[in-house]
Amino acid sequence: MLLQVLLTGVLIGSVYSLVAVGLTLVWGLMDIINFAHGEFLMISMYTTFWLYALLKFDPLASLPIAVGVVALVGVLTYKLVVKRVANAPGLMALLATFGLSLFIRNLAQFLWSPNYRFVSESLLTDKRFIIGDLIIGLPQLVAAVGSFAMTLIIALLIKKTKTGRAIQATAQSKDIAELMGVNTERIYAITFAISGACVGVAGALLANTFPVYPECGAMYGLLAFVIVALGGFGNIWGAFYAGILIGLAETLGGFYLGTQFKYAIAFLIYLLVLQFRPKGLFGW
Amino acid sequence: MKNRALYLIFAAVLVLPFAITNVNFQHVMIMFLIFASLGESWNIITGFAGQTSFGHAAFFGIGAYTSTVLFYKFGVSPWVGMLLGAGIAAVVSVIVSYPCFRLRGHYFAIATLAVAEIIKQLFVSWDYVEGATGISIPVVEDSFIAMQFHGSKIPYFLIGFALFFLIVMVARSIEKSKMGFYLKAIRESHEAAEALGINPRKYKLLAMMISSALTALLGTLYAQYILYIDPFMVFSLEISMKIVLLSVLGGLGNIYGPIIGAAILIPLSEYTRVFLGGTGKGIDLMIYGALIVLIACFEPHGIIGLLKKRGKKRGALYAKTNA
Repeated sequence: MLLQVLLTGVLIGSVYSLVAVGLTLVWGLMDIINFAHGEFLMISMYTTFWLYALLKFDPLASLPIAVGVVALVGVLTYKLVVKRVANAPGLMALLATFGLSLFIRNLAQFLWSPNYRFVSESLLTDKRFIIGDLIIGLPQLVAAVGSFAMTLIIALLIKKTKTGRAIQATAQSKDIAELMGVNTERIYAITFAISGACVGVAGALLANTFPVYPECGAMYGLLAFVIVALGGFGNIWGAFYAGILIGLAETLGGFYLGTQFKYAIAFLIYLLVLQFRPKGLFGW
Repeated sequence: MKNRALYLIFAAVLVLPFAITNVNFQHVMIMFLIFASLGESWNIITGFAGQTSFGHAAFFGIGAYTSTVLFYKFGVSPWVGMLLGAGIAAVVSVIVSYPCFRLRGHYFAIATLAVAEIIKQLFVSWDYVEGATGISIPVVEDSFIAMQFHGSKIPYFLIGFALFFLIVMVARSIEKSKMGFYLKAIRESHEAAEALGINPRKYKLLAMMISSALTALLGTLYAQYILYIDPFMVFSLEISMKIVLLSVLGGLGNIYGPIIGAAILIPLSEYTRVFLGGTGKGIDLMIYGALIVLIACFEPHGIIGLLKKRGKKRGALYAKTNA
């Protein structure tokens, strides 16, 4: 039973990680908290749902489309909103993205009502492996593997490609990166696109198992803040491990103390870990 | 001379609900007073001392719950509950902030958010305070002792005004005192402040204590005004964020910011709700969100920034108020 709980924790944690990776990129690069990140996830889930409901697309088939849609939303968010407030003092960027998240969430409610919607039949629905006592749902497994793969791709992208190195340079010093010929405006837009792509993947994979409704991204967004800080701002692998840790804390806490405490445990883990690593697990 | 703007604001606020007796308007004024005061309280720890708190709903909720539970279970006057709630909030704030003040910047901000969420979860599953169901405050006849007035909103307004006056004056006297300068030194540079012989942790804790105690006072008023509370309402991230937003919107770090911010944001949110909220389709919050984005994009330095700019050009009143 413990093994089952641990496994469930790792599987859901892996998706948390990917959502957090998207957030940590922007946060690390621009020092901006994107409060609308959870809403990006919601957009991806709705995209997947509507492609399924109207055109009978399987969620796996609509994944690339969802990625494209949310990446575009990310770029637009940067160009239309974040760009204007990026250099403002204090928490003005937070104010803007919070307003944006309210807007997107309630726009979804206005357009599609607050009802829960489900992708009821897909390639993965109800398929599972049974190994001994262990039950592994295929949708969860695919979500976890897909999330891990996407995290890996992003990490390689940042580390190995020219664009990735330009992102790193801009994160370290915008001015010097510009002196080196980096078009930082473009880099910011690209980073928002990558950030959107991350939640695009996560949303399409989650739509297989979770209901889709206007508030569905909110809790993921909130957990993503904690995970990003737990991993250390801007640290991709930090966010990844922290996501797994939070997933485990949530399922273990939920199992042993009752599900009403599962998020409280996750937040408590953050407070405890930060006592020993005040800049997150992998921060310095 | 310097105080003139402040006293003008007090006078204007006090006169308005008597001049315009529309009930909706009086409601908006009460909400304005509550949130402007919350912003002022929050400003002490975040604006002055630079420690961003995303979790002030925790103290607001503690204030609301302390007085409500005492009245509901034991019939204790909410006035007693209000003071006790402030005391409890101050104690809780010290207990949770002491470890959290090891953290800097965003790490601290996320920690306050985590603390508030944990406290919310605890109240949700705490049966003695009715858990997730919440508490309806037993309705009694109009009475000052029981802090319930059903005939008119004016008594609530006057209590709100008294708290607003008190909190602005506390914030102002902190700002002008030695402690205010210490806090601002800590905000600008923790290390430099320490090198000058200031004990940052002591002053941050003190600021947090005062800030959370004042926040709790408003929790009680809010509970008595709405006459119903549940954890999702009073401990919500929405409340924490509304406090942050209106202060940021007005301008951080001086006592006019939260007043100006609340004067814009609260009527905006209350009136969009009154006029558009009935449909249940979220149009009100959609427009509210869009307006916040627009204000942030076109006035990224806060309203105070705008007034300062104008003030410098014209040598007007506002330039002096921010000295």
